[in-house]
Amino acid sequence: MRYLPHSEADRQAMLAAIGVGSIDDLFADIPSDLRVHGLDLPRAAGEISVERTLGRLSAENIAASSVPFFVGAGAYKHHVPATVDHLIQRSEFLTSYTPYQPEITQGTLQYLFEFQTQVAHLTGMEVANASMYDGSTATVEAVLMAHRITKRSKAVLSGGLHPQYRAVVESLSPMAGDTVDALPADPTGTEDILASIDADTSCVVVQSPSVYGHLIDLAPIAAKAHEVGALLIAVFTEVVSLGLVEPPGAQGADIVVGEGQSIGNALSFGGPYVGLFATRLKYVRQMPGRLCGETVDAEGRRGFVLTLSTREQHIRRDKATSNICTNSGLCALAFTIHMTLLGEKGLARLARINHANAVKLAESLSALPGLTLLNDSFFNEFTIRLPGDAADIVEKLVAKGVLAGVPVSRLEPGKSELADLLIVASTEVNTDEDRAAFVAALSEVLA
Amino acid sequence: MSMNAKGRPTVAATAATSAIPDTFTGNRALQIEEALLFEVGRHDVTGVDLDEPADFAPRLGKLARKQPIDLPGLSEPETMRHYVRLSQKNYAIDSGLYPLGSCTMKHNPRLNEKVARLPGIGDVHPLQPLSTVKGAVELMAELGRWLIEMTGMKAVALSPKAGAHGELCGMMAIKAAIAAKGETRNIVLVPESAHGTNPATAALIGFKVVTVPARPDGTVAPEAVKALLSPDVAAIMLTNPNTCGLFERDVVEIAAAIHAAGAYFYCDGANFNAIVGKAKVGELGVDAMHINLHKTFSTPHGGGGPGAGPVVLSERLAAFAPLPFVRVEADGPVLVESEEALLPGETPFGRMTAFHGQMGMFVRALSYMLSHGSDGLQQASEDAVLNANYVRAGLRDLMSQPSGDRTCMHEVLFDDTFLEGTGVTTLDFAKAMIDEGYHPMTMYFPLVVHGAMLIEPTESESKASLDLFIATLRDLVMKAKAGDLERFQQAPRFAPRRRLDETRAARAPKLKWEKPEPWVEAAAAE
Ligand SMILES: Cc1ncc(COP(=O)(O)O)c(C=O)c1O
Repeated sequence: MRYLPHSEADRQAMLAAIGVGSIDDLFADIPSDLRVHGLDLPRAAGEISVERTLGRLSAENIAASSVPFFVGAGAYKHHVPATVDHLIQRSEFLTSYTPYQPEITQGTLQYLFEFQTQVAHLTGMEVANASMYDGSTATVEAVLMAHRITKRSKAVLSGGLHPQYRAVVESLSPMAGDTVDALPADPTGTEDILASIDADTSCVVVQSPSVYGHLIDLAPIAAKAHEVGALLIAVFTEVVSLGLVEPPGAQGADIVVGEGQSIGNALSFGGPYVGLFATRLKYVRQMPGRLCGETVDAEGRRGFVLTLSTREQHIRRDKATSNICTNSGLCALAFTIHMTLLGEKGLARLARINHANAVKLAESLSALPGLTLLNDSFFNEFTIRLPGDAADIVEKLVAKGVLAGVPVSRLEPGKSELADLLIVASTEVNTDEDRAAFVAALSEVLA
Repeated sequence: MSMNAKGRPTVAATAATSAIPDTFTGNRALQIEEALLFEVGRHDVTGVDLDEPADFAPRLGKLARKQPIDLPGLSEPETMRHYVRLSQKNYAIDSGLYPLGSCTMKHNPRLNEKVARLPGIGDVHPLQPLSTVKGAVELMAELGRWLIEMTGMKAVALSPKAGAHGELCGMMAIKAAIAAKGETRNIVLVPESAHGTNPATAALIGFKVVTVPARPDGTVAPEAVKALLSPDVAAIMLTNPNTCGLFERDVVEIAAAIHAAGAYFYCDGANFNAIVGKAKVGELGVDAMHINLHKTFSTPHGGGGPGAGPVVLSERLAAFAPLPFVRVEADGPVLVESEEALLPGETPFGRMTAFHGQMGMFVRALSYMLSHGSDGLQQASEDAVLNANYVRAGLRDLMSQPSGDRTCMHEVLFDDTFLEGTGVTTLDFAKAMIDEGYHPMTMYFPLVVHGAMLIEPTESESKASLDLFIATLRDLVMKAKAGDLERFQQAPRFAPRRRLDETRAARAPKLKWEKPEPWVEAAAAE
C-alpha cells in the first residue's frame, strides 16, 4: 500500500523491539470475541483505479462552469483566481494543524490576524473571529451568544432568513433553552418585523440581502431592538454584496454573521465553506470560536498567538461559549488571499459587475410576459414569480442546458403559495450570451 | 524588535522588549520577516483584472455603501510572495513528524486533492436540480456505506462539519430520542479524561455534566459508571480508544449498564484510527459516534480545518438522523432534504447546517478509503498501533508512563515524573523539540495526568523516522537530567519566533490591525 512505509521486515523488527510475538498481541485489550476479521469492502486500489471511479461519479454531475448558471440562494458561483488555489495547497498551509505551537505556526497565525481584520472592516464591526464552520452554524451561534448577553431567550427570525439557516436555529436553539419566533416567508421583502420585537426578545435575526434578494434597511430594526434591550444579528450569505452595500455595522448591528464562500472558495456541493463572525468589542468575551491576537516574543519581536481561550472548550469545558474546535482554517486562508488580491478597488468593482449583471438579467426577465419581479432593491440575486410551477420550469430548462436558479419550493416545500417563485442569481461569471440563453430558453418553455 | 519590509521597526521599543536585530531587515537568510498586509497593501492596487461594467441604473435603494471599507490590495506577484513567505513560518506534516496525540496527523495524499477538484465535484452547487447531481448523491451514499460497514452501525448522518459538530449531532439525536419516549433525563456522564468538546457539547444543549472518575491507568471502571446511574442519566460520552491511548477494556459492560438504565452511549470517535478493521463499535454497544474525517481519513487539517464529522447511529437512534440524509432505494440513492419527503418511521430531529455537509471532505475521505481498501485500512490501523508501541518501547526506560509500561493503542502517554528535580517542565521539553526540528506532542492533555505528553506518530512514519525521533527524545531526556537547563528554558531558539507572551496577548487583546498612532510612526521613521 503506497501510503504505508513499513516493509514486512521492518514490522517484524519493530515487534521484536517491542517484545511481542505478533501484531495481535498489541490489540489484546479488545475482547477477542469482538475482534473483526476482514471488512466487507473492496481491496486496495491504485491511483488509476481510484481516479477512474471518482471521475465516473463526477461525470454524472453538471458542473457550474459548463452551462449558463444562475443558481444562488446561499452559495454562489464566482471566479477564483488561480493564485488562490495554488497557495492554499502549499504543504505548509494545507498539512499543518491548528496553531497550538505559535513559534512554528506564525504563517497560519498571521493570516488569521489579517483575515480577522478584513472581516471586521468589511462588516463594519470592531472584532471578528478566526472563522466558524459556515454561515448557518455561525447564525445559530450568534443566537446563543445573544442569549448569554441579554439573559433572555426569545429569538425573532425574519422571514427573509434563508430557510435552511432558520431550520438550523430552530433545531439547536430550543434544545439550548431558547424559544424561536420565526416569521412567515417574506418573498416580497415587506414584513413588519418591528411588531414582533418585545421586552422578552434576546435577538432579532435579519438577513440582508435576504434569501429572496431584497436589501433590508437594518437601522430601524436595530433602533427598535436596542430600545427594548435586544440585539440585532445581521446575516448575509453573499459577502461580495459588502463591496457595494452599507455594512451591517454602520446600520447598528450588534453581531454580524455570514457565509464567506463567495470569496476564494469553490461551490463543492455545499461545503466546506467559511462562517464569518463579527461583533462589538464589548461582547468579545461572549464570542464563540478562536481568536488570534498580536503579542511579542522573548526578543520583543511582533508575533501572533491564539488568545482569550478562557472562552473555549479546551479550557472551560462545560462553561465554554461554544463547543467549536476545528473550524474553517484553510477556507479562511482562501478567503483572505482572494480578498488581498482584490483589495478595496477590486472588491468594489467585482460587486459592481455582479450588481450590473443582475440588473440586466432582471430587466430582460421581467420583460417576458407573465413574469413578475418581486424586488424593488437587490444586489446580485432576486426573486421572480413564474406563470407555473418553478421546479417544473427549472427542470425543463435543464433539458435546454440552462441552470436557472433555485425554486423556492426547494427551500420551503409544501407551501403552495410559494411554488411559482424562483430565486435567480447572476455573478461576474455570466456573460451576455449566458443571459440571452436563459431568456430565450425560458420564453420557449413558457410559450 | 520586529522590522517590517521597509526595515522600519513595527513595535515601539521598550526596555523590556528591546533586542538588537542582527541584520538590517530583521531577516535571517531564508527566514524572511513579512510585514502585515495592512502595512504593505495599497487601496488603489488590485491583483485581479476586471472590466468596469457599462453604466447602469443601480437597484440598491438607499443602502449603497457610504464609507470606504479599508481593504488594502496587492498585485499578483506581491500576493504570491506574501503568502509563500508566511507559509515558510509553518511546521507541516509534509515537512516532518507531527506527533500531536489525539490529532492523527497522517500523510495527506495529493490524489485526494486532485479528485476534490474534479469539475463535477468541486464545481457543483448544493441547490442545483437533483437531476444534475446524481453522481454527487451517489458519492455520499458510497461514503456512508463504507462508514457503516467499518463501524457496524445502522445509519449515518453525514452533514456535521467537524468532530465537535458531530458530537452535537449525536447528542441532539439522543435528546430527541429521550423526548420521543416522553422522558426528561438531564445528566450526561463524562470521564475526566475526555476532550473539552465533550462537556462543552453536552452543556450547550442543556445537559448537566457529571464527571466519571478514572482508574489510575485512565480507563473507566464499570463500577464507577454504575455508581452514577439514575433515571436522570441521559447518556455517557466515552472516548474509545480513550485519550490516554488505551482501549476501554470494559466497554461492553459499561454499554450494557448504560442501556439497562435507559440511557444512551455516545462514543467520541476521534481515535478511530486505532481500530478500523479491528473492532466494530456497533458490536461494542455504541449508539452514536462521530468520525473525524480530518483525522482517521486524512483530509488535510489545513491549519485548523475544515474538517468533517459524520456520525454513525445505532438502530435505537437511526430514525432521528437529521436532514438531509441519503436514503438508499431500489433504483438508487435519494437525498432527503425536507420533512415533506420523509417516509413513516423517519423522524429527524432537525438540521445541523445549511446544505448537505462537507462534500469536499467526503470525496477526499472516500478516495483515501478506496485507495486503502479493506486490507489497507486494517494494515494502517495495525501500523499506527505498531508505531506508537515502538515509540513506547524506545522510551520506556527513560520517560515515565502514568500507570507503568503497558501496551497502548495508536498513541502513547507519558507524564512528567521523569522530569522531576530537573527544573524542566513539560512545556520546556516540548519547546526543546522544536529546536530539534520536531513539532511537539500534545501537552497537558488529557487532564488526568500530570504534565501529560501524548505522542501519536501515526502509520505514516517509517522505522527510520521513528528511530531518529526516539534517539532525539532520549538525548533530550539525558540533557534535562544532566542539568542543561538553558537548552530547555530558552527554547525554541531557532524557530521563526522565540516564546510568545500569551499573558500580554490576553490582557490587552489586539485582535485586528490598527493604524499605529502617528507618534509611533514618527518615532519609527527616525
Ligand atoms: C478526543 C477528541 N474529541 C473531539 C475532538 C473535536 O474534534 P474537532 O476538532 O474535529 O471538532 C478532538 C479533536 O480536536 C479530539 O481530540
